[in-house]
Amino acid sequence: MAAPKVISRTSTQEELASDYKWGFVTEIEADVPPKGLNEDVVRLISAKKGEPEWMTEWRLKAYRYWTSEEYREPRWSKVSFPPIDYQDIHYYSAPVKKEKGPESLDEVDPELVAAFNKLGIPLAEQKALTGVAVDAVFDSVSVATTYQKQLEDLGIIFGPISEAIQKHPELVKKYLGSVVPYSDNFYATLNSAVFSDGTFAYVPPGVRCPVELMTYFRMNSEGTGQFERTLIIADKGSYVSYLEGCTAPMRKTTQLHAAVVELIALDDAEIKYSTLQNWYPGDKDGKGGVYNFVTKRGKAAGKNSKISWTQVETGSAITWKYPSCILQGDNSVGEFYSVALCNNHQQADTGTKMIHMGKNTRSTIIAKGISAGEGQNTYRGLVKIMPTATNARNFTRCDSLLIGSKCGAHTVPYIEVRNPTAHMEHEATTSKVSDDQLFYLMQRGIKEEDAQYMIINGFCKGVFAELPFEFAMEASQLLKVSLEGTVG
Amino acid sequence: MTSNNSRPLLEVRDLHVSVGDNEILDGMNLSVGLGEVHAIMGPNGSGKSTFTNVVAGRPGYTIDRGDVLYEGESILGMFPDERARKGIFLAMQYPVELPGIRNREFLRTALEALREARGEVKLSVREFNKMLEEKAKAMDFDPDLMKRNVNEGFSGGEKKRNEILQLSVLDPKLALLDETDSGLDIDALKIVANGVNAFRGPDKAIVLVTHYQRILNFIKPDYVHVLIEGRIVRSGASDLAHELEAQGYEWLREPAEEAETVGATGRPS
Repeated sequence: MAAPKVISRTSTQEELASDYKWGFVTEIEADVPPKGLNEDVVRLISAKKGEPEWMTEWRLKAYRYWTSEEYREPRWSKVSFPPIDYQDIHYYSAPVKKEKGPESLDEVDPELVAAFNKLGIPLAEQKALTGVAVDAVFDSVSVATTYQKQLEDLGIIFGPISEAIQKHPELVKKYLGSVVPYSDNFYATLNSAVFSDGTFAYVPPGVRCPVELMTYFRMNSEGTGQFERTLIIADKGSYVSYLEGCTAPMRKTTQLHAAVVELIALDDAEIKYSTLQNWYPGDKDGKGGVYNFVTKRGKAAGKNSKISWTQVETGSAITWKYPSCILQGDNSVGEFYSVALCNNHQQADTGTKMIHMGKNTRSTIIAKGISAGEGQNTYRGLVKIMPTATNARNFTRCDSLLIGSKCGAHTVPYIEVRNPTAHMEHEATTSKVSDDQLFYLMQRGIKEEDAQYMIINGFCKGVFAELPFEFAMEASQLLKVSLEGTVG
Repeated sequence: MTSNNSRPLLEVRDLHVSVGDNEILDGMNLSVGLGEVHAIMGPNGSGKSTFTNVVAGRPGYTIDRGDVLYEGESILGMFPDERARKGIFLAMQYPVELPGIRNREFLRTALEALREARGEVKLSVREFNKMLEEKAKAMDFDPDLMKRNVNEGFSGGEKKRNEILQLSVLDPKLALLDETDSGLDIDALKIVANGVNAFRGPDKAIVLVTHYQRILNFIKPDYVHVLIEGRIVRSGASDLAHELEAQGYEWLREPAEEAETVGATGRPS
């Protein structure tokens, strides 16, 4: 099946006046197969990647499961959207490579380098973010990875998952689908069938990764779904901090993003995973935007292991995600720190699952929801203590902040305890930015908009403190931009 | 005692203010010049706090009649932050807690906003910290409170002291002190009074609202006014406060006609 080459459509920014400053479109030749999904498309994606037979088979198994009669999107979340026509989506889009793939950055298409520069993610190493190794994913493929050589010297593998399938099949085979099986849920199954790229990281025993690993996801082509797959393995006694950032152009139509992230921490290992999600949220009337339907789960498999999720979700028309921890190893620790913002017509149903299996397992959940405009923000979380989890502890705190009178905040905690030694704490608050607080700040000379922003930033402080420093600054800036115009 | 012949810093003219259906201020007049300290005394519910809040611009009050002039200009149409940048400061009776906002950052942000408005250069972080340290020390203010969130978990006394520290750091022209003395023990009261006295000067003015004469032993006012039922019924020099201490307010509850003649300018004749 021959894949037609198309040029991605011209920018529609004039039509879509908006403050979303990441909304530009890059004119780049893309390799896009026709819309729609069938076994041939799955085979085509696999073939494009030159994948081994086992990988193709795994994808097909997922595809067949996905097409089974009763299998549908989950309906239990508090979000609403028109039915998605899965045959009206491109399942693969790659910037066309000149001849063969880029061996070094000099060979990466300058248009792409420029696009990432514009996003504040310089790919040239001399300009690269200090202390951060970046894997840049454009539509469906990874276009550049910085610092790769330095990491290799430590035995750290960091790069596109498509490359890992070729070079490290034993690791991929062992861990892919081990935390999020292909049959997990509708979107995860779809991802398993059609994922085209994403990031793979492996940190060998005893190694403390000296830099932050970062993937920057960029959706560009119109009518394209993005289905990246991330797999991170921290071997015994290792540590890694990973960050992902995401943006997309402004489009009138909605774009589907169904990613899967799997983390595995072995004995005494720690993975810290941070997300700044700033996909295009749609315009002020709720037109366009990204549907962010993502499955993220980590397994604290080894004893004394730790998995920590921090997310700042300011973008997307709809966010549906529950970064979770399976606390299997004894004394393992799970953390979830979240700020979710819904402005205009954004909807978010997000939270976490903490599944306690090992003894003395501990989990902490701090979720901050901000609703403005007509935004609807739901925290949904499950804390489950299995019979084997003696002396498990959980602390949950959910705070909601409302700005204006047309938005909503909802908290849906599920608690299942099957071991009488468990300690559970749950706190929840809902507040409005109080007039007294605003007056106090303004009386000291601070402008209303700054005062409001200070209060909101203060509300999120506990979560921002969990982010790596540079990203905490960025997160706070992102929040400010996302809330512009909500004052008054 | 300073007598200032130029126009007053603050001039309140026939001010009528209500909250909902309740009329709180009923034709208040007051004139405050630079270099002066005025004490406004009165029983509960007489409108003392309403007066300071209206001057500072707190929302929720309806101005039915009258005007408030600051440096000769009506400020009633200005937002609270604009008034603050012109030099009006209100030490609040109930300072709010600001979760997640550190006291130091808060003070620095506020000072930057004010200095920008005054056309002054930005202080470096080091300069600011040094200045803050000195001011805090002078007020015997626990430096740990600088790292904490604004007023969060502060004792009543610490909150009031924090207000006066802000006064000292932000250095406005007009300080309105709303019952800053309430809830303070004698040691804390002395510290707060020292802070206010240090602020006092020929290019400053203070309006101090209080229930009790006690604080006036430490901050000696130039003028004392008695506010009852939304009007100033008596003005005098500082010895008026002692009279009130001895006799209470009841003897001043006189027919409105008489009160008006005394309170017309808010200044002793």
